[in-house]
Amino acid sequence: MTDCPIHPNLFTWPASNPVLLGGKCPRCGEVSFPAQSSCRNCGHNDSNVIELGDRGSLWTWTIQNFLPKSPYVSDETVETFKPYGVGYVEMPAGIRIESRLRISDPNKLRIGMPMKLIIEKFSSNDQGGSNLCFAFDSLGDS
Amino acid sequence: MEVAIIGLGMHPFGRSPHKTGLQQGAEAAREALADAGLSWNDIECGYGGSQDGGNADAIVNELGLSGLQFTNIFNGCATGGSSLHAAYSAIKSGEYRNALVLGFDKHPRGAFNALPADWGIDDWYGETGLMLTTQYFGMKIQRYMHEYDISEQALISVAEKAFLNGSITPTAWRKQALSREEISTSQMVSHPLRKYMFCSPAEGAVALVICDANEARRFTDKPIFLNAAIVRTRHYGSFEVFSPSQPVIKANSPTVIASQAAYEQAGIGPSDIDVAQLQDTESGAEIIHMAENGFCNHGEQEKLLQEGYTSITGNLPVNTDGGCLANGEPVGASGLRQVHEICVQLRQEAGERQVLGEPKTGYTHVYGAPGISGVTILSR
Repeated sequence: MTDCPIHPNLFTWPASNPVLLGGKCPRCGEVSFPAQSSCRNCGHNDSNVIELGDRGSLWTWTIQNFLPKSPYVSDETVETFKPYGVGYVEMPAGIRIESRLRISDPNKLRIGMPMKLIIEKFSSNDQGGSNLCFAFDSLGDS
Repeated sequence: MEVAIIGLGMHPFGRSPHKTGLQQGAEAAREALADAGLSWNDIECGYGGSQDGGNADAIVNELGLSGLQFTNIFNGCATGGSSLHAAYSAIKSGEYRNALVLGFDKHPRGAFNALPADWGIDDWYGETGLMLTTQYFGMKIQRYMHEYDISEQALISVAEKAFLNGSITPTAWRKQALSREEISTSQMVSHPLRKYMFCSPAEGAVALVICDANEARRFTDKPIFLNAAIVRTRHYGSFEVFSPSQPVIKANSPTVIASQAAYEQAGIGPSDIDVAQLQDTESGAEIIHMAENGFCNHGEQEKLLQEGYTSITGNLPVNTDGGCLANGEPVGASGLRQVHEICVQLRQEAGERQVLGEPKTGYTHVYGAPGISGVTILSR
């Protein structure tokens, strides 16, 4: 059984305190997530990998209330699907990250609330383990 | 060189199970040709697009292999606007004297399912359930309502107006007016947006015949002049769909940029517009686009909607045919439906939904993924 990140360049793993990974343009200084080889701001064809940290504040949010169709790949069925939160979390590194949210109760989400990164088992992988993905949870609930 | 619209054709929007998208396109094209008093062999060039209805240039199989230059266009939800812009440029350049602009589509039921690879994004983004346009629209308006103190009442007002206008539009898909309560208690899709606040993928077709404005009166006594046609894409810092991250710096949206360029090209401003079509893929979009197109300040929308400012009888009627909410969104045709409706209003042929006061100037705005806006300004 091997649990693996769903994509290798999203967050530090294995790690006791995982953080998100991004890219920083050596020319204009703009930050990207996921790290990409060219800069979307100035077009410079180079990028340095940086750590984006594990804390931020909620910039906006919604709730996904129905089971998405393809390209969604999870172990859920229409019967077992539970709504999930989605939001953009503003990180001190200077970028907003789109993420699943651990919270799915609209009454518990508000713009500006402090958030913390979590790494969670998302779906089964082909090695008998799980695909790990990042998400954000309320910092207050820890 | 000025450009005029001299022929209008539309196949009703909605579901047409016994017709292909292409057949609907051909019906719209025949209607537009008849309206202009031209035959297919008279048409010198064509621009058209369809996402799921097949290649637009296959229209020659329906109308005749006339040998014209025909270019297929695809630009997401802004396909119609982009097709019109390409045809407009061809006439303006003087290379052609007339053109057919065609948009049709036939989408399967349910939301669009975009694939990450087509958008330059890795598969994990779609696999983990982040690649949904409905989420983006929910998050965009959620932030906007927070910044400008707009309540759910404004979202309900937009939907209420759309279905009321749809109920008096013969070619609309949704012809049933809905009460505020029916809208506000419909199923929650993506907070704060509910079922009746979203448009759905649909079917339908629109065709326009355009020509050198100097020749327009040979074909019609009601030419509509295209004073501006602009298409723009996003800048770095604009909040757009399918974005795993967003920069913190803020740029003007493609709508603001296209709108300003269109006013400049036409030499008029928002206060000169008598009737408008604004992209309303969901209620929130119409609210944002009222301000982004210069018709009000950010935050004024709720009061204006409450006063009926954008109703058919208001100062600036918006989406008089029910917009995307009541017509659905056949991607290839949707932007051209907006232009068609403004032409019908300026010709004063809109029947029960006709805007009063003999409107002279109209405006259309289409917006699509991943950040494309097309704006036209029209006058009679």
